Amino acid sequence: MIGRLIPVDIVFAMLVLAMFIAFIRLAKGPSLPDRVVALDVITAISAAILAVATIAMKQSVFLDAAIVLALISFLGTVAFARYLERRARGE
Amino acid sequence: MNEWIATGSMLLGAGFLLLAAIGILRMPDLFTRMQTASKASTLGISCILIAVAFFMQDSAITVRSVLTILFFFLTAPVAAHMIGRAAYFVGVPLWQGTRVDELRGHYDMRTHRLSADPPDEQRLSSATGAELEMDKKQE
Repeated sequence: MIGRLIPVDIVFAMLVLAMFIAFIRLAKGPSLPDRVVALDVITAISAAILAVATIAMKQSVFLDAAIVLALISFLGTVAFARYLERRARGE
Repeated sequence: MNEWIATGSMLLGAGFLLLAAIGILRMPDLFTRMQTASKASTLGISCILIAVAFFMQDSAITVRSVLTILFFFLTAPVAAHMIGRAAYFVGVPLWQGTRVDELRGHYDMRTHRLSADPPDEQRLSSATGAELEMDKKQE
């Protein structure tokens, strides 16, 4: 049990570090598409954190939350892209 | 055995996600950032979902994780393409070291239609240069 818990902790630490690095790009990003790409990566990382939580707590509910998060991430990215393109065409 | 596969796959997936985050911080350009973001993050989350399927050993969870992997593989290229296209129209600057912009002049910036007809002298000259090199090699 302990030999299994230690990799889960390492994976959580790596994912939190990755999320922190992606947040730096979200804050810095010079243009709006940069921020959208950073948000995409952040959503993928949080879906991965939910999937690892499925392993750590042995609760399959977290996996459903990860699926819903992936779906919403795709819809959000497509909506941002449509908005950007329409704004570029309108002006 | 299954737990070892799950542990290795989980560590691999977390490493790929970490690489994706480092890539979007370190790359110089939106378009280079986008390719690390879409490819490495898709691979990372697929590895982690494979780890979930191997660890839980439940048919319902396996089906769900496989479906989620398929969903990621279908949607990540579409989302990356739409963001890249919108960024090209908005006019996000390319990196200074960019050699080839194959889309330059091919988009009608008013209607956002792609066309093949405008003459591109740079590409023609580079093609003839490549052909000359081929001839030299053959000789």
